[in-house]
Amino acid sequence: MVTDHPETFHNQGPTTVNRMADLTMPLTPAAGLFTANEAKVTARDVTVHYGEKQALFGVSIDIPERSVTAFIGPSGCGKSTFLRCINRMNDTIPICRVAGEIRIDGADIYDRRLDPVLLRARVGMVFQKPNPFPKSIYENVAYGPRIHGTTTSRQELDEVVETSLRKAGLWDEVKDRLDQPGTGLSGGQQQRLCIARAIAVGPEVILMDEPCSALDPIATARIEELIFELARNFTIVIVTHSMQQAARVSQQTAFFHLGHLVEYGATEQIFTAPSDTRTQDYITGRFG
Amino acid sequence: MSDHIVRAFDADLRTLRGMIAEMGGLAEKMMTESTRALAARDIELARRVIAMDPKLDALQREIEEKAILTIARRQPMAVDLRDVVSAIRIASDLERIGDLAKNVAKRVVAIAGQFHPQKIVTGVEHMSDLVMAQLRDVLDAYAARDDERAMDVWKRDGQIDALYTALFRELLTYMMEDPRNITFCTHLLFAAKNVERIGDHTTNIGETVHYLVTGHTLTAERPKNDTSSFTTLDEATGS
Repeated sequence: MVTDHPETFHNQGPTTVNRMADLTMPLTPAAGLFTANEAKVTARDVTVHYGEKQALFGVSIDIPERSVTAFIGPSGCGKSTFLRCINRMNDTIPICRVAGEIRIDGADIYDRRLDPVLLRARVGMVFQKPNPFPKSIYENVAYGPRIHGTTTSRQELDEVVETSLRKAGLWDEVKDRLDQPGTGLSGGQQQRLCIARAIAVGPEVILMDEPCSALDPIATARIEELIFELARNFTIVIVTHSMQQAARVSQQTAFFHLGHLVEYGATEQIFTAPSDTRTQDYITGRFG
Repeated sequence: MSDHIVRAFDADLRTLRGMIAEMGGLAEKMMTESTRALAARDIELARRVIAMDPKLDALQREIEEKAILTIARRQPMAVDLRDVVSAIRIASDLERIGDLAKNVAKRVVAIAGQFHPQKIVTGVEHMSDLVMAQLRDVLDAYAARDDERAMDVWKRDGQIDALYTALFRELLTYMMEDPRNITFCTHLLFAAKNVERIGDHTTNIGETVHYLVTGHTLTAERPKNDTSSFTTLDEATGS
């Protein structure tokens, strides 16, 4: 694990003072909360380097709980990089350095003493390409609860598998073939299986990195409907290249460009009257 | 503003703007000529104004169809979305303006052949001139995406309402003076009301231009000075 994040909230020293100051630093009006929901994820001045190359420049954002926040922006703008910071996926990339602060429910997720594996159980992730394990449908969902030891009996595990598959809207389609390989499902079903797998360990935040880009419109609609349902209980952050998708599913939208968070606001405002010309040019298709 | 990556989208929006300009030109012409017809009691001119209306209606339908097609095909966002929605709104206001100008022209046909002192007509003519200037200004503001100019039009509507109230009293006085004036004055009063309504649609267009340029809907009440709905006979004649 190579992160440029040696100080934690509990450490002493001048740097800590600075970082405390960062936390109280007022956000630009556009980056603060504008919903009634409390902030679930708060990021302050997050900077990411891949080797010499800086990928993110001082991103500060408050992501409200139990709602959908969309990250949009052209390829290479840093939106996926920032998404991966939220569950410390970037830890797995040796040349990647993360600085700044990200808190979930007020707790620093880059705290040294925090086990990233436990963090990832709280912050689930769904990827662009459905990636079920080469195991049965049942095992795909049961895998997480097993390794985290969150269930004590086979019966309890069965229940978790069923509930997760139901929440992912897949149960009725697969209940008679739970022992079949997950890879045998259609693309849309595989993606919902991955969502069920993420839900099974009882996360609070679900990160989705272009979850529908490999799916047809019907499967996409199913996932979007599911996202809407999931937002009642989970905090969802979705990276998408489809403006229409961001407009359809999210309550907040953040626009990234060249590693900067350019504009963050209520989705209806971003898509009808964005305040930054770069946002406007991007969402109206004036530059790519 | 820079062009879209998909250039056909720019062409779509340009076409819509062009069609609005054409409608605006036609509505303006109907308004000017109906006033001229009223001032000169020119039935021929009035009939020509009436004949222009179907063309304006057809243009409005075309704009609506084109706008709907553009939404379906391009899924416009932000300023583009406002552009398309504004075209639909403005086309509908211009269509109403055409209808109202046509109604004025119809009154000209109705009052033709009767002699009346010109001074009675002058008030309506003056009000029409003001509204015409408003319409011209707001169409220019739309073409130039000029919010300030559109807001000027919006603020000036109060003057027209005040003028209408004054005219209402004046016509009432003529009717009191000589009952033979009543038919003529009633027609004139309706004509004046139509012109005042054209002023209202003009300010609607001003509001739409404001929305188009800024992305915000005007929430403030427009300045209103039309008190004719509360005016009694005693008040009007000062007796």
